[in-house]
Amino acid sequence: MRVLFFAQLRERLNCDSAELDIELPALVNDVRDALIVQFPDHADLLKDGKALVAINQELVNNEQAIVCSDDEVAFFPPVTGG
Amino acid sequence: MDFIRVQEGDFDITAEYQAMRENNRDDGAIVFFVGQVREMNQGSEVTGLYLEHYPAMTEKSLAGIVRQARQRWPVLNRIRLIHRIGQLHISDQIVFVAVSSSHREAAFEACHFIMDFLKNRAPFWKKETTEQGERWVEALQKDQDALKKW
Repeated sequence: MRVLFFAQLRERLNCDSAELDIELPALVNDVRDALIVQFPDHADLLKDGKALVAINQELVNNEQAIVCSDDEVAFFPPVTGG
Repeated sequence: MDFIRVQEGDFDITAEYQAMRENNRDDGAIVFFVGQVREMNQGSEVTGLYLEHYPAMTEKSLAGIVRQARQRWPVLNRIRLIHRIGQLHISDQIVFVAVSSSHREAAFEACHFIMDFLKNRAPFWKKETTEQGERWVEALQKDQDALKKW
């Protein structure tokens, strides 16, 4: 599956998306853990509370939410618009 | 009637206000808010601001916030919401929210509600240029706490 990144997360990981080898459906928490395995030096930015998650362009505040194979998944820092 | 736009260019308050008033005999109140780029932020002098967003999600997120406001205050009539993206400079306008209603209370509250949710939920990120270099703006706890009143 592919995960999109934005803002400082994109800059720190040095890529705007990553391919994860993970079986779907999976929980948001599983996707987060897989990202931390892939980017261990940036675990601090990826952990729960530091990186927000959107599934199909909707924010999810639930680590148990389910990610399916066709979903667009994005991880990004807390937002600072307005 | 909702008007929601994410754009690089500036917006004209006079035209926006006119759009709220045009052929509008129903509303006794129009409230609007404009956010602009401040020179001092988090202790440093800011010389420029870049606004990144998540294009596929941004308008959807703003529309969701407006929908929530309408559910909460069914009396709302017109809502206009504009947020700029890209490179901005000191004193540039960033965001515009206008709400009209038959009476002022709902319009005041809904305008405040929309801004509080936009600050916490809409996928925009600010990167400031200061004399010390570039830095991403940190999200503030006070903005998160602001949601508790709703």
